[in-house]
This record gives sequence, structure tokens and C-alpha cells, in this order.
Amino acid sequence: MTLVCVKDLHKSFGDLEVLKGVDLDVAPGEVVAIIGRSGSGKSTLLRCLNQLEQHDGGNIEIAGQRLDAEAMAPSELSRNVGMVFQSFNLFPHKTVGENVMLAPVVVRGVNKQEASRVAREVLDKVGMLEKFDAYPAQLSGGQQQRVAIARALAMKPKVLLCDEVTSALDPELVGEVLLVLEALAEEGMTLILVTHEMKFAHDVADRVVFMHHGRIHEQGDPKTLFNHPRTPELRQFISAVR
Amino acid sequence: MIEFTLWDIVRNLLLAARWTIVLSLIAFVGGASLGLLFTVLRLSGNRLLKVMIGVYVDVFQGTPLLMQLFLAYFGAAALGFNVSAWAAASVALTLFTSAFLCDIWRGCLEAVPRGQWHASRVLGMDYLQTMRHVILPQALRLSVPPTVGFSVQVVKGTALASVIGFVELTKAGTMLNNATFAPFTIFALVALIYFALCYPLSRYSRYLERRLYDAGMR
Amino acid sequence: MGLTLDFLALSPYVGELARGLVTTVVLTVVTTLSGLMLAIVVAYLRVHAATWVRRILGGYVELTRNTPFIVQLFFIFFGLPALGIKIDAITAAFLAMTLNLAAYTAEILRAGIEATGRGQLEAARTLGMSKFQSYRHVVLVPAFARIYPALTSQCIIVMLGSAVVSQISVFDLTYAANFIQSRNFRSFEAYLLVTLVYLLLAVGMRQLFLLVGRRLFAFRQGGQA
Repeated sequence: MTLVCVKDLHKSFGDLEVLKGVDLDVAPGEVVAIIGRSGSGKSTLLRCLNQLEQHDGGNIEIAGQRLDAEAMAPSELSRNVGMVFQSFNLFPHKTVGENVMLAPVVVRGVNKQEASRVAREVLDKVGMLEKFDAYPAQLSGGQQQRVAIARALAMKPKVLLCDEVTSALDPELVGEVLLVLEALAEEGMTLILVTHEMKFAHDVADRVVFMHHGRIHEQGDPKTLFNHPRTPELRQFISAVR
Repeated sequence: MIEFTLWDIVRNLLLAARWTIVLSLIAFVGGASLGLLFTVLRLSGNRLLKVMIGVYVDVFQGTPLLMQLFLAYFGAAALGFNVSAWAAASVALTLFTSAFLCDIWRGCLEAVPRGQWHASRVLGMDYLQTMRHVILPQALRLSVPPTVGFSVQVVKGTALASVIGFVELTKAGTMLNNATFAPFTIFALVALIYFALCYPLSRYSRYLERRLYDAGMR
Repeated sequence: MGLTLDFLALSPYVGELARGLVTTVVLTVVTTLSGLMLAIVVAYLRVHAATWVRRILGGYVELTRNTPFIVQLFFIFFGLPALGIKIDAITAAFLAMTLNLAAYTAEILRAGIEATGRGQLEAARTLGMSKFQSYRHVVLVPAFARIYPALTSQCIIVMLGSAVVSQISVFDLTYAANFIQSRNFRSFEAYLLVTLVYLLLAVGMRQLFLLVGRRLFAFRQGGQA
């Protein structure tokens, strides 16, 4: 059984073909780390999965629902796919609690009490419950990113996409965010992460996907992939980031 | 009663629009000169002058232009001068314009980054040298778009001179309306003529602003 | 040269002055609110509506910004009845001021909306919000926070500009001054006093906006909670 099924995905920006036929299946509960150099197409792949970019060819199916060239209503898509961004993108004029409650209330029509209960639950999970009434400007980057994760979780997505979620953080703040993601993985959340944290990919992911020039160049379980890379490109990549 | 054809109305309005243009030019040129003087005085370093000019700007920006016109017109009369609507409108609009331009230009001078002053100081330039070679050239570039933009406010401001009886475009419109009872046509035409005067200035100001912005991006 | 100011000559007209003041204040408060609401709608439609709607609204904004307020007022007060739309002076004043403020504010607001980070919109979208929901809940408040100083000035300009409604016999502050000077011929005193009242209104409005803004946009202040 697959939760996310990507077949022969193509995407171009003008003359530049960024995805040249990507196939990827992700099972429920699986944690997939996508690695690769910048420009290899890994972020674009992630953005196609929730229609922030519209793919040109191939198809994507998530939880049995097909994403066509025609964009799906965001409210529909958000039932299945959640996303956490590199730059947090918390809403600056809303408190932590309001950030988490907003979408359940306005998109799903959940009542405020229920939304607040769910918000407290997910904020507790990421260790941010005591900042319920704080504004984003009052939080550190790591704290903001944890709230952003809680905000995505509150919509109860089937798969959570994480786009370089630690890249904008000061080194000492990376750990707290990775811990949260690790706990989610252990709970059985399906995660697809684009990441530069090789140790995290190695320790937490079920599968690592190495992208190169718009294609999946090599993939496999992290131990094998990192210890015995088959292709020279991956070998070079690993030695460069180590 | 005299019958007015549409052409009669348009012709009369266009003739009156000349006075709108003349009054605008007087107010703009006079206001710019006076505003420049105030800007320089403000920079002179005299605290009292600075405060006084600040109050002057606040008063003109904080009161209705219509009141400024009334005071120039009736106030002069109370002082014993019998001034024409012409003179009163010219004086009031000039003062009004000078206050706004002075404020706009102060903003442009302040928009030049502090680092420019520091760099000049380190290079051994004194206040006047820094002002002349570093600050003013940059502030001048910044000041062109908002100054052109403000000229639109001046043209529109001249419409209030109609209230004290100066026959420009708006006054001509009300007079023609009293004679013809075709208010819809007349005020639509009046508006269109103002638009024809102001819109090119607005567009030009926006164009200059975009060009400045693009230049800054490069 | 015989300038003698006699402000006591104005004392019998305190009632008229008060009436004028109330009218000016009410006109300002109501048009500020209605103008802002209209501007919010116009600004949204200017980005998201069909092309022909955007064109019409663009025309409205440009026409309003490039013609004098007094001409707009005359057009509404004298021109609309000629089309069979009956309208009294105070309604004409409300309408003209609202349309005027909304046009300027919509344009100011547009700049504030365009400054919204792309990430904010993408976050709203991945959370399932429609364009309208993200405008209302995500874009609008930070946009207002960004343009607040310009908005304050524009509202004050409209208050000062409202002096013109005296010309269609709305009993505002300026009308009160005209009324007094027609009775006691103390025009200079009357106008000076009323000018001072306008100045105080402008200063008061600025303070009020500052105070309200500080509460409304408290989220901008950082520091650990």
C-alpha cells in the first residue's frame, strides 16, 4: 500500500527542466529523506506534492486522490498534505495559539473550543504549550519552527512535507527541531523531508533518496546508502557534506 | 436666457482652466522657492529656526487649505489691506505648498543613510563639503518623484480658490451651472479637465519613482 | 492699519460652533470607518477580480486621486439629482468623503498587500485557505500595520478636506465660521478660531491613531514573552 505515489514527474521553469521524470512511492508511516545538491530538484519535488508548483507531466496520487494539472482547492489538498517551511512563515499578527487554531477554524469550520483543545495538544507535543499566548516576534527561530510544525499537525495531515526546516536556524537551535521530528517519526507520522542534516537522515529516515539533475539518482535504506554509495555522484556528495 | 451649446461650455471651461494653470504655476514656483529657503534655514543649525519652521510646517499641514485661503483673504482685509482674490489665493497656496515641500525635502535628506555622513567624516570632509558632494546629490535624486507627485496636490488645491471668488476652472463650472442647469455634464467636464492636468503628472511621478527604485536595486 | 482682535464677539455663537464641531467630528469618524471598509473591498478586488472589474476600479481610483475633492462633491451633490438620484447635502458629503478616502486608502493598502511575503501566502495555502480567507486572516492585518502611518495622514487629510462640505451648506465647523462672520463681520476672529480648532482636531486625531495603532499592532513588538 502506498500513501504517496509519484510517476514520471516532469516540471520545467521556462527552458530549464528541473524534474526530468521522478518516480517515488511512499508507504504510510514511512520517513523519507531527500538529499542532493541545491538545484537538484528536491525542493521542487516537494512543492509539486502540495501544488505550490504545478507539475507539467506525469502524475501524483496522494491517499488515492490524484493531483491533476488543474489545481485542487487548497482546502481539499490540506486534508492530506501538511507542510513546514524553511522560513517558518508563522503569521506575525497571531499568537502562537491563534496560528495553530486559525486553519482548523476558518478552513474546517471546527468550533473555537475544539480548535483550542487540538492546538494545546499539538503544542504540547512540540513542547511549546507554555508560549500559547506569545507572538512569533517574541520567539527564537527554533521555537517558531516548532510552532510551525504544530500548526501543520493541527490539520491532521496524512503526510507532512518538511522543506529544509533547519536551514534558517542558528546551529544551536537545530537540535530541538530535529528532536520534534524524530518523535513524530516514532509515532508513525509519514514524513517526507528535504534536508541537509545527514546525521538526521542517517539516524531517523527509513529511506534516503539522493536526487541529482532532476532525477532520483540513487535510493535505499540509510545505512547502505551512506556506507556503500554505488554511484560516483553520491560518493562525491557524501564526501563534500561530511 | 442665453442658450449654451456643449461647445460653449467646453470653450468657457478651457478658458478658465488657463487660470488654474497660472495659479498652479505661481503656487508651485513660489512654494518651491520658499520651501527651499526653509529647508536651507532648517539645516543651518539654529535650533530656534528649526523649531519655528517645524511649527510652520505642522500648522499648514494640520489645518484646512480652505481656512488658509479664508484667512489670507479676510485676514488681510482685517489688517486693512484690500487684497484681490487673486493675491490672496496666490499667497495662501504658496505658503501651503512651501510647507509641504519643505517637509518632503526634509524626509529626502534624512533618507540618505547615516553611513554616508560617517564615511565622509572619516575621509576628512567637513559639514558643508559632505552636504554638497555627498548628501545633496543623493537627496536631490530622491526628491524628484515626490515633488512631482505633490504638484498634483497643488493643481487640485487651486480649486479651492473658487470659494473666495477667484474665477478658475471650478468657479467657471459653478457659474456655468447656474446659467445652464446642466450640472452633470458641467461637473463631469470640469473633473475631466482636472484629470487631464493631473493624471500625466501622477504617471510621471510614478515612473520616476519606479526608475529610482530600479536603479537602487541594481 | 487697525487690527484689533475681539474674540469675545464670538461668544454668542458658541452653540453654532459646537454644532459645527459635532458635524465635522461625526463626518470624520463615520467616513473613516466606511472609507476603510470600502478600501478593503476595493483593494481585494483590484488584485483578484475579473479584468473588467479591475479596470473599472482602477479608473475610479485614478479619477478620484486626480481631481479636486470639491469637484467630486459638486458632481455628487449637483450632478446626481440631474440623473434623478435625489440626495441631501449631508448624504452627499458622506458619500463624497467615503469615496475619496477609499480611493486613496485602496492605493496605499495595495502597496501594503504587495509587501506580503510569498512564504506567508504559501503557508496559508498549504493550510487549506482560499484566496479570500488568506486575504482576510493572513494578509490584511500585517498590511495595515505596514501602511498605518500613511493611513493616519490620509484620514487627517480627509478630515481637513471636509471643510469644503460647507460649500453645499452642510453645517460643519467651516460653515459655522461663515455663519458667524456673516452676522458679526468678525471674519478674521471667526476663521482664526475655527482654524485653531481644526489644528487641535488634527493633532488629536494623530494621537488617537497612535494610541489605537499601538494596541492593534502590539504583535510587532519583539522581546521574550
